[in-house]
Amino acid sequence: MPPNSRPGDAVFANVERVNAELFTLTYGAIVRQLLTDFEEVDEVNKQLDTMGYNIGIRLIDDFLAKANITRCSDFRETAETIAKVGFKMFLGVTGSVANWNADGTECSLILDDNPLVDFVELPETCQGLYYCNILCGVIRGALEMVSMRTEVKFVKDILRGDDAYEMRLKLLEQVPEEYPYKDDD
Amino acid sequence: MQQAVGAGPGSSTRMRCLYMFNRQGVCVHYHVWLRPLNALSRQEDQKLMFGLLFSLKSFTAKMDPVGGSKGQLGAAQLQGQGCSFHSFRTNTYKLSFMETPTGMKIVLVTDQKMGDLREALKHIYSNIYVEYVVKNPLYTPEMPFKCELFNLNLDNYVKNLT
Repeated sequence: MPPNSRPGDAVFANVERVNAELFTLTYGAIVRQLLTDFEEVDEVNKQLDTMGYNIGIRLIDDFLAKANITRCSDFRETAETIAKVGFKMFLGVTGSVANWNADGTECSLILDDNPLVDFVELPETCQGLYYCNILCGVIRGALEMVSMRTEVKFVKDILRGDDAYEMRLKLLEQVPEEYPYKDDD
Repeated sequence: MQQAVGAGPGSSTRMRCLYMFNRQGVCVHYHVWLRPLNALSRQEDQKLMFGLLFSLKSFTAKMDPVGGSKGQLGAAQLQGQGCSFHSFRTNTYKLSFMETPTGMKIVLVTDQKMGDLREALKHIYSNIYVEYVVKNPLYTPEMPFKCELFNLNLDNYVKNLT
């Protein structure tokens, strides 16, 4: 590995790949089916987020098993790790982190390139749809498993006319570990 | 030589048992190779083991002479905060311990002469648990599991540990 290579590259080199079009079309088929089943785009956004959450709570273990990273010292490092290692490992692209608030609890994750949206154009009827909302759920689920309660939502979406894909990531609480049993039971 | 309880053919005679706890303290998996002595019910035994790990972790962090935490003994800690023990040895057995950032605790009890198992525990987590349990789409995360492939691969792997 050359010394200047980015942190996600090494792990990306070692994970198995699938055909990009198969991946993109499979995701498209899921969104398509949700639109048929739920009709309302708001409901579809919610479903995508929930599905992502269920993926995230599993994916985190795969991430920890393969990424060979150490504990993040703060939330800033966590966000960088998601953007540089997490996105690279699972989507093959690298994101960037920007727009921190003063407390270091809220930032934006920005994707310039997003493999989920190849071939996609939003029709009139789907204007409120956050097509990639599944990503928000994945991040929320994964972070919850490492004791961080977060809120993640899309604020910019190229499909809706913005200039990038931008997710707002907000740390609500770090949940401490407590003894789960009562003393007398 | 005592007959191994629940051990497959060719299993290592150095292994005693393995516990895996989720972050709620529920034992999601328990595996026995050799354990003729069972003083407690399965449930009490697992709860006691979890309590031992939890307390030992909080004591070891509290006694840290260099990077010690400032909190009260037993005060809630964030996952991965403070130092952690990775094994202890008695005159009859050795207990090796690992905790993942997701709060899963893996405990391997072996004979007392066993070497450093930190890498082995990492392997069990990364290459056996994640591969055969977590990735099974029909497995509900954080729930107890019974999984043939996991048992088979675990058995195979621990055979050669020294």
